[in-house]
Amino acid sequence: MRLRTIAFNNLRRRKARMAFLVAGLLVGIATVVTLLSLTSALTTEAEHKLDNFGANILITPQTEELSLSYGGITLGGVAVDPHELRQADMVRIREIPNARNIAAVAPKVLGALEVKGIRVMLMGVDPEVEFGLKRWWSVRGRALQGDDEVVAGISVARRLGLGVGSEVDLQGEPFAVTGILEETSSQDDDLLIISLAAAQRLLGKAGTVSLVEVAALCGDCPVEEMVEQIAAVLPGVKVGAIQQVVKTRMHALEQFRLLAFGVAAVVILIGALVVFVTMMGAVNERTREIGIFRALGFRRGHVVWLILMEATWVSLLSGVLGYLAGMGATWAILPWLAEHHPQLVWSFPLAGGSILLALVVGTLASLYPALHASRLDPTEALRAF
Amino acid sequence: MSFIQIHGLTKVYTSGADRVEALKGVDLAITEGTFLGVMGQSGSGKSTLLAILGGLCHPTAGSVQVDGIDLYALGGERLADFRREYLGFIFQSFNLVPYLTALENVMLPLAVKSMPTAEKRERARQVLARVGLAARERHLPNQLSGGEQERVAIARALVNRPPLLLADEPTGSLDTTTSEEIMTLLQQLNEEGQTIVMVTHNPENRAWFHRIVSLRDGRLDTDEAMAPPKAQAVHA
Repeated sequence: MRLRTIAFNNLRRRKARMAFLVAGLLVGIATVVTLLSLTSALTTEAEHKLDNFGANILITPQTEELSLSYGGITLGGVAVDPHELRQADMVRIREIPNARNIAAVAPKVLGALEVKGIRVMLMGVDPEVEFGLKRWWSVRGRALQGDDEVVAGISVARRLGLGVGSEVDLQGEPFAVTGILEETSSQDDDLLIISLAAAQRLLGKAGTVSLVEVAALCGDCPVEEMVEQIAAVLPGVKVGAIQQVVKTRMHALEQFRLLAFGVAAVVILIGALVVFVTMMGAVNERTREIGIFRALGFRRGHVVWLILMEATWVSLLSGVLGYLAGMGATWAILPWLAEHHPQLVWSFPLAGGSILLALVVGTLASLYPALHASRLDPTEALRAF
Repeated sequence: MSFIQIHGLTKVYTSGADRVEALKGVDLAITEGTFLGVMGQSGSGKSTLLAILGGLCHPTAGSVQVDGIDLYALGGERLADFRREYLGFIFQSFNLVPYLTALENVMLPLAVKSMPTAEKRERARQVLARVGLAARERHLPNQLSGGEQERVAIARALVNRPPLLLADEPTGSLDTTTSEEIMTLLQQLNEEGQTIVMVTHNPENRAWFHRIVSLRDGRLDTDEAMAPPKAQAVHA
């Protein structure tokens, strides 16, 4: 028989009150876990989406006239760019210190062609990389695979009367139309997209590319630094970051995170109040019992210790159950909030943190009731004398 | 010197403008091995006297010495230590802890002592057997009769082998037969050398005591030596 036997038996044989105490704290912890793990899962998903959302670094030739969008090309379809990037140099991009942050390097060559008497823009791409990068592209038919295939933007397809399965003659070579890009309301609608090798051949730009789009992997990776690193390995080219997209999305996520923390703090506070009120009630209910303990020679410290020990066990249980309940809730909610393959992450820091939080909140909320109990006058408490 | 020395014990309760003198300068000396009955009307101050003697309630004036220890000169938590080492309490309403078994209730005073758990359990079993409840050790208080609960309370008061046993109306809520059993048990303990101070207002208990003091309006009224005690007379 030790103090912990008393505490343990009290909890074990007064299950209803223990359940209420555990529930009060559990709801708080579960909410915090749910919000944090949801935020974490959504951030991961958003970052993942960001990786596939498109390029955030643009490498273009060092030419002042070039526009940032699709360098060297004007809407009139006149190629003004005498400079091209050397394709062989592009492997150096993979050698920068932050190379592991590079999700995709998408080189392309651009040029104007006359097809059926109409001037059109031709873009040569690495099909696998490009169609992976441009997630928003919706292709009727299928994406490019071979060097004799073409995917046409919706506007140019209309102008040239192209459809999936039709054929088009480019510089005397027949290309099969495998897909039509659904409307993007961008310059992409006016493009004929073929493989990089075929475009280089047709445009007479063997071994060169017009621009390279680079997708950096994460939301908070150092884009500016990567820009500098790429500029260092590719002297004489222009490297720019398209930060707007990244920053906007990260800002939104940051706000969501702040909101989650705010809500979590409020819920934890309510949980603490529930524990406090229940513990206070329990102490008042146990006044007589505490009087007995004191009369039998328990020191004040023993009484405080007894009550805090009970609080610790309740908190520990609430922490563990709260974490599991929170993960369960996340598992149930995540598919409704996330778009792609949400990942439920069993995070040890979150598990440890939620148990620690439960312990801190539960113990702090019980501290005053415990001190109050220890200060009870034994005679008053007993009312026997 | 007597085992217990009480000098000029005064206790005043104040509540707002109300001032109640529960004890008005009580002097009392009790020798070791005595079975003392403290009697008096309700409100005479007998329970206050017991509470002060038990180190539960600070007197307004006067002193209490038990075994040469001046109780209310003890600082901090040493009064709690004194209660643990020197006193066994038997309460009128048993005051067992409802969520602990009979055995656990008996072990309660040992919970804060550093002693191997096996030894604590052994000691508790011995006293439970002494009060005739060896077979009921796993029962919760609400599974025991009033008499059995009182026996558990007595066992709990004895488990620490205290020099002084304080009892407040221990038979107050028991029927006559059970009361007799409890008084017999206390009397046997006293025969084994246990000093007992028992507060009662039941005149039927008079026959069990060695000595009876009565209080009236906070003052010592009568002090009678009784002999021979009831059980001895019966057995003789």
